[in-house]
Amino acid sequence: MHVPVLKQGDYLIASVQAALTDADLLQLRDDLADRVGQFRSRGVIIDVTVLDVIDSFATRTLRAVAHMLKLRGAETVIVGIQPDVAFAMVQLGLTLEGVGTALDLEEGLAYLDRLAKRNRNHGTRSTN
Amino acid sequence: MGRLPTSGFQKSLYIGCTARSHERPDNYAVTSRRRRRTNAHITLNVYSQVKRTKKRNSIVPLGTTLHRNRRRDRNSSGNSETGSVMLRELVAHLRENRTQLREEWARRITAGALLTAMSKEEIFSETTSVYDNYIEVLETGSVEALQAYARSLSERIIPRGVETHEVVGIVLLLRDVLGRSLFKKYQNDVDLMNRVLDAYEPAANRVANTVAVSFVQERERVIRQQQEAIRELSTPVLQVRERLLILPIIGMIDSQRARQLTEQLLRGIRKNRAKVVVVDITGVPTIDSVVANHLVQTVEASRLMGASVIITGLSSEIAQTLVTIGVNLSKMNAVGDLQGGIEEAERLLGLPSELAKVATQETKA
Repeated sequence: MHVPVLKQGDYLIASVQAALTDADLLQLRDDLADRVGQFRSRGVIIDVTVLDVIDSFATRTLRAVAHMLKLRGAETVIVGIQPDVAFAMVQLGLTLEGVGTALDLEEGLAYLDRLAKRNRNHGTRSTN
Repeated sequence: MGRLPTSGFQKSLYIGCTARSHERPDNYAVTSRRRRRTNAHITLNVYSQVKRTKKRNSIVPLGTTLHRNRRRDRNSSGNSETGSVMLRELVAHLRENRTQLREEWARRITAGALLTAMSKEEIFSETTSVYDNYIEVLETGSVEALQAYARSLSERIIPRGVETHEVVGIVLLLRDVLGRSLFKKYQNDVDLMNRVLDAYEPAANRVANTVAVSFVQERERVIRQQQEAIRELSTPVLQVRERLLILPIIGMIDSQRARQLTEQLLRGIRKNRAKVVVVDITGVPTIDSVVANHLVQTVEASRLMGASVIITGLSSEIAQTLVTIGVNLSKMNAVGDLQGGIEEAERLLGLPSELAKVATQETKA
């Protein structure tokens, strides 16, 4: 199932619509890497609300995406992890270190806005 | 098929008969055509009348049937037929003396110090309803209305501390009062009185049974509800302000409760769209390593859902346990007490805490 990637201002939103195979995940990773460069995005939101299962491969891929996009200048935030999924992931030791997480799309956007603001402040202070 | 083997079956036969014959005008009872031919089938037919409504039934004057029954033999079917007449007479008698009997009953209730939780007026109105329901059951043999009434009555009086023995007691009192009134009326004719009692006793027992069972059932329902409530309350998830939840935990945590706690917390985060959760474990004396691990996992899972968890009120023993099992402390945001935890949470939420407000006011001054 192909994951649509939408552009929203400075951000990209990848909204997962159905369960993903490993190939789909890799496709998503490549798509996002391309689009971030193309649109000069500052942040990426991956919405996984519909996923009932997030396995180790998915976790690793999502973490890889986050780190990769960071190197290309965009912050990544994963939103909409379900309570059951969250607890199952933790029990399997899959904790998505170093990746931002938020409750839902709205929170994800707020998270990215906050990061952007902090970066701006940081930037102005450093120039002073 | 001349006689029915069990009394239980006979009782249903009996009730079925009265239920059916009640629907007809006074002097008529419904019988099927087969019944008139032979007495041996009476039992079966009377019983099946209830079910066989579609079949064409003929109506015969009741007196004739009775007469013939008595003359031929006196088996149970004859009695049940007599019973329906008796019941009708009985009901008429009880209706006539409604006020007097009810007052007598209410007086006996007061004398027996039953239903002390209720006022006189309440007892009066409830006894009126019970009395009318009672007679209705005697008349129709159908306990459904009484059952519903008994349930609603129980629902009203259980919270006020009315005991089972009181409820059973008042119904038995009513039975007694009515029984005495019947004795008084028929004391000159023992034969007739016997037949009246044959009609009265089973129905009265059934009423007492129904009321008692309904009361106990209602009571059990209340208990089940309360157990559920206690389970829910054992891990309340409270919203203190927008985006901020508090989870005060009191008492020992076993792994079952820990699991329930996690589940409630994660669902609470989703439901209240929380950003920060303060888990206060001041009331927890000690935890084992399994539960400690579970707690850490809960913190992690909350983070995956975009909420940060602050743990407050860690006792020295629990701190010791956490250190011993080697929890990654960088992930745990622990604050000394609940107040500190809420202040920290407000800081995370970007809200000015009370302290900060006071501080700014002071600087302004």
